[in-house]
Amino acid sequence: MKGPSLARTVRLGVSSLLLHKLRSLLTTLGVLFGTSSVIAMLAIGEGASEEAQEQIRQLGSRNIILRSVKPREDFATGQQTVRVVSYGLTEDDLARVRDTFPGVSRVVPVREIFEEVRKGDRAMNPRVLATLPVYREITGRVVAEGRFLADADLDVTANVCVLSDEVASYLFPFESPLGQTVKVGADYYTVVGTLLARVRPQSDAAPAGKSTAEVFIPLETGQKWYGSIQVKLRAGSREMEEVELHEVVVEADSAENVPLVASACREMLTRNHPQGDYEVVVPLELLLRAEATKRIFNIVLGSIASISLLVGGIGIMNVMLATVTERTREIGIRRALGAKRRHIVMQFLVETVVLSVGGGLLGVALGLLIPIIVEATADMRTIVTPSAPLLAFLISAGVGVVFGLYPAARAARMDPVEALRHE
Amino acid sequence: MTDGVAAPVAELEQVTRTYRMGANEVRALDELSFAFGRGEYWAVMGSSGSGKSTLLNLLGCLDRPSSGSYRIDGVDVSTLDDDRLSEIRSTKLGFVFQSYNLIPQLNVLENILVPLFYQDEPPADGLARATRLAERVGLGNRLEHRPLELSGGQQQRVAIARALVNHPTLILADEATGNLDSHTAMEILALLDELHAEGRTILIVTHEPDVGERAQHVLRLKDGRIESVVRDQNPAPAVAAVR
Repeated sequence: MKGPSLARTVRLGVSSLLLHKLRSLLTTLGVLFGTSSVIAMLAIGEGASEEAQEQIRQLGSRNIILRSVKPREDFATGQQTVRVVSYGLTEDDLARVRDTFPGVSRVVPVREIFEEVRKGDRAMNPRVLATLPVYREITGRVVAEGRFLADADLDVTANVCVLSDEVASYLFPFESPLGQTVKVGADYYTVVGTLLARVRPQSDAAPAGKSTAEVFIPLETGQKWYGSIQVKLRAGSREMEEVELHEVVVEADSAENVPLVASACREMLTRNHPQGDYEVVVPLELLLRAEATKRIFNIVLGSIASISLLVGGIGIMNVMLATVTERTREIGIRRALGAKRRHIVMQFLVETVVLSVGGGLLGVALGLLIPIIVEATADMRTIVTPSAPLLAFLISAGVGVVFGLYPAARAARMDPVEALRHE
Repeated sequence: MTDGVAAPVAELEQVTRTYRMGANEVRALDELSFAFGRGEYWAVMGSSGSGKSTLLNLLGCLDRPSSGSYRIDGVDVSTLDDDRLSEIRSTKLGFVFQSYNLIPQLNVLENILVPLFYQDEPPADGLARATRLAERVGLGNRLEHRPLELSGGQQQRVAIARALVNHPTLILADEATGNLDSHTAMEILALLDELHAEGRTILIVTHEPDVGERAQHVLRLKDGRIESVVRDQNPAPAVAAVR
């Protein structure tokens, strides 16, 4: 064993720091908040991006969603006398995509019916979607009870419907909705199935301002009863719209073909819909964009973290420089009693590292606590990856070494004779 | 040297130490040659500026001469590097300072142990040694006390125990009684007498005539040179008279 053991040096450092408890505590605060914010922000960022990616995945990474969008007023058909606003995707568009585009495996049309859904005195306004049975498969929805729409329903234009979890639990809070009837607009529909709840979509992948409450009815039934012209009641005014198809979900045969199909759809729609009454949502693109966003987010977080740790480190260095000056006498004594320069370096370095690691440990504890609080209060998902606390801890120890070296070197460079004379 | 028992503990040859003070060069020690024999008890006296502190710093391996050479316990230390000097300090020298110079955050026992702390191979019986020394200087019941809880005399006893813990070949005392009242000072000097009687080599730097008179030999310096040397001024030193 050469010289004092590390354990003894650490013990000595701790006892020196405990001599000035408040000062030591205040000094660690910079590193404490630095590390805790790193962990908390990484956890929140990771949670948010995970959530976003899951939503996008639910939309189907092989899917391309074409959606009708009401054009801006000045672009619409013009004269006030025309009472019916006509826009959106058409059966022709659907047929063209389905029949002529390479790389497309399935296409499913969706019509939206703007009607209220009631059960007894409970009413709500979910999206009522008239579509084909294959819709469930393409969009990855999962049946909770009963079944989804079936081909047989289409053949007989049956008045059946499938409720999303939200609708089912609102309209039928105490019983199973299966076999019961709900009223959509003026007609009664028999509930044949319910769907599992999905993660609450919030990104641009979901149409803005629309809830996730959904009621599915067979496409044929929708067409038969509601036609393509619908009256929409808005605050104070009524509007008639003619929209053939509100949404077309295009499934590419592989993820590689998604960009190809997407650009083909865009090109086709640009040509046929110069008024821009459509939008194309490509979950895969969103996914990629989300990943890029996450990368930027991580870089920003990383910079904030390094700045706060830098500030914390400078704070520690400042205090250690003051400590070294204050303890000049002690350094002189230790040197006179046989301490080598490296012993002095070690002593002050260990003290600095104890400070910063102490702050780092407290910071890790606080940083692990924050995501729990956020999750409990703010309804946000957080994910603490095991590497985050470890990384934060190692960085705080590194900060201690980097910012402790200079004060320690300064302590060791002192001339013993002068240090002993220091008052 | 005169008794010729063994090689001197400290031996200086033509040692000069100069300081630069502004434009002037001050010769604190001027070609000093002298030898301190083993087991001797020397008082180094002189007015301030005579070079006695410089001599102490050199012998304490805290400073290096500008020219000349000197040996501690037979080792030429004038050319050693910082680490080797530190080793000599921790193994061969014991320091007693005017202002005690205990480390405030350590207790009595820990303070006594500091010199061993820095040895490359600390003795296994360090703790027992320190405890025994604390008892010997009358602080066996205050091992856990911090320096600030002790009186000046007690602190200086701790410092003496600390100076003894590494079994030094040379004990250097710098105005060891300067901060103490006369009664306590006498106690400390009695302790030094005891150590001398045990055969330890002691060198005390002082400007107080009372202290100088207690020592076996006196070396007077003036302007960095030897002014006078008085040997065996007390043929029968008052060993263990006071305790």
